[in-house]
Amino acid sequence: MVLAGLLALAGMPLLLPSYQLGIASEILIFSVLAMSVNLLAGYAGRTPLCHGAIFGTSTYVVIIAAAAGVPVWAACLLGVAAAGGLSVVFGIIAVRTSGVYFLLLTLALGLIIWGICLRWTGVTGGENGLRGDLRQGWLADPRRLYWLILGVGAVLTFAMWRLVRSPFGLTLRAIKDSPSRMAALGHNVPAHLLAAFVASGLFAGAAGALYALFNDFVSPTTVALPQSVEGLLMAIVGGVGSILGGLVGAFVLIALEQFVSAYTERWLSVLGLTAIAIMLFAPQGLLGLLKRKST
Amino acid sequence: MLGFQLLNGLTFAALLFVVASGFTLVFGLLRIVNLAHGALYLLGGYVAYEVGGRSGSFALGVVAAMLAVALAGLALDRGLLRFVKGQDLRQVLLTVGVGLVLNDLFLVVWGGDAFTVPTPEALQGAAVVMGVFYPKYRLFVLLAGVTIFVLLWLVMNRTRYGALIRAGVDDAEMLSATGVDQGRLFVITFMLGSALAGLGGAMGGAFLSLYPGADAEILVFSLAVVIIGGRGSLEGAAIGALLIGLLNTFGQVWFPELSYFVVFGPMALLLAFRPYGLFGRAA
Repeated sequence: MVLAGLLALAGMPLLLPSYQLGIASEILIFSVLAMSVNLLAGYAGRTPLCHGAIFGTSTYVVIIAAAAGVPVWAACLLGVAAAGGLSVVFGIIAVRTSGVYFLLLTLALGLIIWGICLRWTGVTGGENGLRGDLRQGWLADPRRLYWLILGVGAVLTFAMWRLVRSPFGLTLRAIKDSPSRMAALGHNVPAHLLAAFVASGLFAGAAGALYALFNDFVSPTTVALPQSVEGLLMAIVGGVGSILGGLVGAFVLIALEQFVSAYTERWLSVLGLTAIAIMLFAPQGLLGLLKRKST
Repeated sequence: MLGFQLLNGLTFAALLFVVASGFTLVFGLLRIVNLAHGALYLLGGYVAYEVGGRSGSFALGVVAAMLAVALAGLALDRGLLRFVKGQDLRQVLLTVGVGLVLNDLFLVVWGGDAFTVPTPEALQGAAVVMGVFYPKYRLFVLLAGVTIFVLLWLVMNRTRYGALIRAGVDDAEMLSATGVDQGRLFVITFMLGSALAGLGGAMGGAFLSLYPGADAEILVFSLAVVIIGGRGSLEGAAIGALLIGLLNTFGQVWFPELSYFVVFGPMALLLAFRPYGLFGRAA
């Protein structure tokens, strides 16, 4: 089934006009972000609100490095590395807390990145952002870019899927259920959480690097709070604790954004209302809602 | 020059304290991380701008801001948060959603321009303090911040209501077991916390100006203050506000583009040693 789905997705460029293909690319990129959030929220029991910032940091680094003459592929690796480095710092600070405090800390840390991108105008271009020049040569064709995003996204998805099923993933889930029990059993809980945080950050960074290729532009909006909220909402809509749910969540939210944008410019209001509605009526996500209805 | 910057830092700290004290009260007692607090601040500022500008009375603007935002807080608590009671992650994301909606509404109503709350004539111009000419209004902010701290301290430490709040911060379950009507206590506290955000908006709107995004800026600083000070601690909020206010001012003077590193670096360092802040304990 996965193979059939993948083939269907790979066939998209032959069917879709370029505008819709762009939306499909965006959905794939953000589903990787949603999955990276889910890695922490669904499997380690730590809900983060900084993944937009980690994602966007990678986007910034890719565009800045490429502008400095670094080859595009190396710039992407640099972006992922920067996201990883940032996650190490964030992780060290945040993993000793849990629940709502973890959320609060990661939110504050993410907002700091936003503030830095806004104020460090010499490097980040401030509010105007930075325009890249990445879509040259092979990447200029949106169909090739889509296939690249699909290929990388599929590999990343498979990697995350394997990760949560590995012994490491099982340990994480046990930590989610009872940190004190796992600590008593001799597991190093903070080290596991830090590793999960960094892994999650690396995946978010990879999504951010793909976004740099796709968007070729970055501004503080990319690292701002709504981005983190969107990533988390996508994970929740798709179902916390289900990696492939990220694809569903990204599809639902981006489709909603496209639909709404045709009628009104008030996307942030709709995003906010969506967050409120989901928290009130479907905190287990759409799939959870369906399950509850059917039982 | 140093004296001038010191006063800048202290006045900013006073504003931060007012905003953050409301946040930490609600966080401490109700365990609600109200991420719409920044939006409530901005709402207070806009209300003070409208009412103060039309009536010509700054005091009226401030009172209107506090009332309006307290009512907004009441609506938020009774209208939405009530339904997700006791589930803190859902509450947080709910308030994030409310913050986004409010933010967007402000953009519709007040547009993207920056506004400044008009100040009364008595507070315009400069006074000489510590040998420097300094804007009177910012001195007033400093005085107001200190007054609010004293008032809140008295309420918390000398009244029955304050004792109940402190008991609730320490152990909410035990407090309800003693037969205290927590529902009313919570609503009052949520309104008080919101009113403080509104007051902050009115005060800050007169010297920091109001614009879309000002809510996120003040929210970052307030979060830092609360994180440093610890959940529910008034003294912690005061110390955190002083630290952040001074670091921000001197950071902006010495490293204009990198001031965020100067402000938040020490916070990160502190958290590495005390993850729940100076006076905080795990929730």
